[in-house]
Amino acid sequence: MSDKKKKVVRPRTPMPHQDAMKRGTNFSEVALGYSREQALVEAERCLQCKKPLCQDGCPVNIDIKGFIAALVDEDLKGAYDVIRKTNSLPAVCGRVCPQETQCEGKCILGKKHEPVAIGRLERYVADTYAAESACEEVTDLSTCALERDDLKVACIGAGPASLTVAGYLAGRGIKVDVFEALHEPGGVLVYGIPEFRLPKSIVARELGGLEELGVSFHTNWVGGKTITIQDMLEQGYNAIFIGVGAGLPRFLKIPGENLVGVFSANEYLTRVNLGRAYEFPNYDTPAYNARRVAVIGAGNVAMDAARTALRMGADEVSIVYRRSEDEMPARREEIEHAVEEGVRIRCLCGPLSFHGDDKGCLKAMTVQKMELGEPDESGRCSPVCLDGETEQIPCDMAIIAVGTRPNPILLEATPELGLNKWGYIEADPETGETSMPNVFAGGDIVTGAATVISAMGAGRRAAKEIADRLL
Amino acid sequence: MGYTIVKKEELIPGQTSMVVIDAPQIAKKAKPGNFVMIRTSEKGERVPLTIADCDKDAGTITIVFLVVGKSTAEMNALNEGDEFMDVCGPLGKPTHIEKSGTVICVGGGTGIAAMHHIAKGHVEAGNRVIAIVGARSKDLLLFCTELSSFCPELRIATDDGSEGHKGFVTEVLLDILETEDDVAEVVAIGPVPMMEAVSNVTRPFEVKTTVSLNSIMVDGIGMCGACRCTVGGETLFACVDGPEFDGHKVDFAELKARLWQFKEQEEESMERFSKECRCDV
Repeated sequence: MSDKKKKVVRPRTPMPHQDAMKRGTNFSEVALGYSREQALVEAERCLQCKKPLCQDGCPVNIDIKGFIAALVDEDLKGAYDVIRKTNSLPAVCGRVCPQETQCEGKCILGKKHEPVAIGRLERYVADTYAAESACEEVTDLSTCALERDDLKVACIGAGPASLTVAGYLAGRGIKVDVFEALHEPGGVLVYGIPEFRLPKSIVARELGGLEELGVSFHTNWVGGKTITIQDMLEQGYNAIFIGVGAGLPRFLKIPGENLVGVFSANEYLTRVNLGRAYEFPNYDTPAYNARRVAVIGAGNVAMDAARTALRMGADEVSIVYRRSEDEMPARREEIEHAVEEGVRIRCLCGPLSFHGDDKGCLKAMTVQKMELGEPDESGRCSPVCLDGETEQIPCDMAIIAVGTRPNPILLEATPELGLNKWGYIEADPETGETSMPNVFAGGDIVTGAATVISAMGAGRRAAKEIADRLL
Repeated sequence: MGYTIVKKEELIPGQTSMVVIDAPQIAKKAKPGNFVMIRTSEKGERVPLTIADCDKDAGTITIVFLVVGKSTAEMNALNEGDEFMDVCGPLGKPTHIEKSGTVICVGGGTGIAAMHHIAKGHVEAGNRVIAIVGARSKDLLLFCTELSSFCPELRIATDDGSEGHKGFVTEVLLDILETEDDVAEVVAIGPVPMMEAVSNVTRPFEVKTTVSLNSIMVDGIGMCGACRCTVGGETLFACVDGPEFDGHKVDFAELKARLWQFKEQEEESMERFSKECRCDV
């Protein structure tokens, strides 16, 4: 220990992956996870800083140093307990969080070397110490007594934000009912993120853990339709959390956009993920058959759609993006994975129009060539049209992944809810409380489309506030 | 927890069925024009179907469906006492109903069932309702008894003349529009070509015309955009902005093209299903 300062920093332990050529043809998970040896080697790279900056970088404030220390001692249960104290979905977060800009982005080792692979370690701990009894992990009891059966909280939407609220409050003995509009709970974790990046069995395991804590899931309940916030208040819920996600897909408003073969990423991914279209016709929901696919946009959703299209059998898949690769909002790792699998990147191309055949089916799109201009308000270089330079790209499917706008269902049914100028719910950044007392909101319906972990962070802040008020 | 079928009636054997489903929470909230998403079993797809009637006291909703593919054939294989795995709703904006005078409600095929719910709403609001129903022949007409129980003016058109006017509903509609001065609204629900034809008939009369669009949906809650349609040059979502729109503004050609998107896969599914269950559909 005394010569710790002099020790040579070992390189970051690489993550084993399914072979790039092979994985493009299946839906099995791409990143395979660390072995015990790999996890221990990586955990030992952690410097155990006095002031761990990584923890500040984590939206749900995991005691990262603490869990890694337990892992180094080969105390898996200890490591899992530390993580579960603040994170209800560690196996999910270990897979889909943008660690490079959060915990790992703040890691001191990263200044001169590569940061500790915190996400991979979190995944290792969560997977290895799979929640056999989630209740036991949090409370040391084999069954979870709902200590305060006089208190109940409703969550609308069963995505990451609500699941975090539910996990936190249920762990403190409060009855939580989660109302989900779709037929499966999980939100974006089940309809959006593909199986090869986040297996549904992992999500099911985390949901099972929450059920063991006493959380009840009510599927097919549409907030604002089947049940309104007013109904919930009348039914005696002490607090309500709105975590309904971002909602309606945005389109480009260019000619030909409603041609057959033009899809929103939401539709395409929902068909394949929630509807299991990759198992059609064994499952009934079909996906559109296409050979040449253009995906418009370059965020994580666009990468998911492109990699999915490849696996669904397309011969050629391109990401079409109006800025350059440096400006792409997707995680680096996702872009790299996509390229390794054969996705082509066409940068500096802005879609102008779609063209169809006489049956109204897409056959090509025209793009405007761009160059990079001055940085805009987002801080990224703005795309500038190169006059007269257009190109026609043949394609029989286009997937539009350029973001979402607020879903109107719950908002129209609840005119009392204050909205911001973009139409999202206005919520106190500290507590998550909306303009309606004891009605909280968090996640994409407040911020617009963001990450799983930022929605969880919002859920956690709201849950703390709810617990403080009720207990 | 499933959704039990408390009553089933094959209105047209092997083709059109009516099911009454135990779904108290949906019944409590349902209004004319609303729809539900139904999934029959674990591997099934979500199918949007209009609520044809609801009984708030009994806690039931009534659905009428046409057997067109695997999913509806599978629905039709269920009987009283069986359960649908998922019923989600009520979805969509309800029909805009106010006291406005004379309203002509046109229904075609399975659409007659949905039209009947809306006609009922208009009668309850104090409007004079003229109902026109159409089918290929007498045996394919639906809900005529129910309709005539609250709507004294019921006109029938059949392609083969086996009952009522021999010809299309649009001919009956044109007749009425030429003789009635004061029609506040025409509502049309049925196959897309029928709704398009109705809109074309009413256009010169400048009568407000409402159609209910049966576009392809995946979630039914605004998430996917599959049901988008062009109305007055604007892209709208049938599930959250509709399903009812101004028939004079709808791009029917686009709607028809979009409805054919999954034809190939639908045929493949149906063929497989027919082989598996050896049923007669």
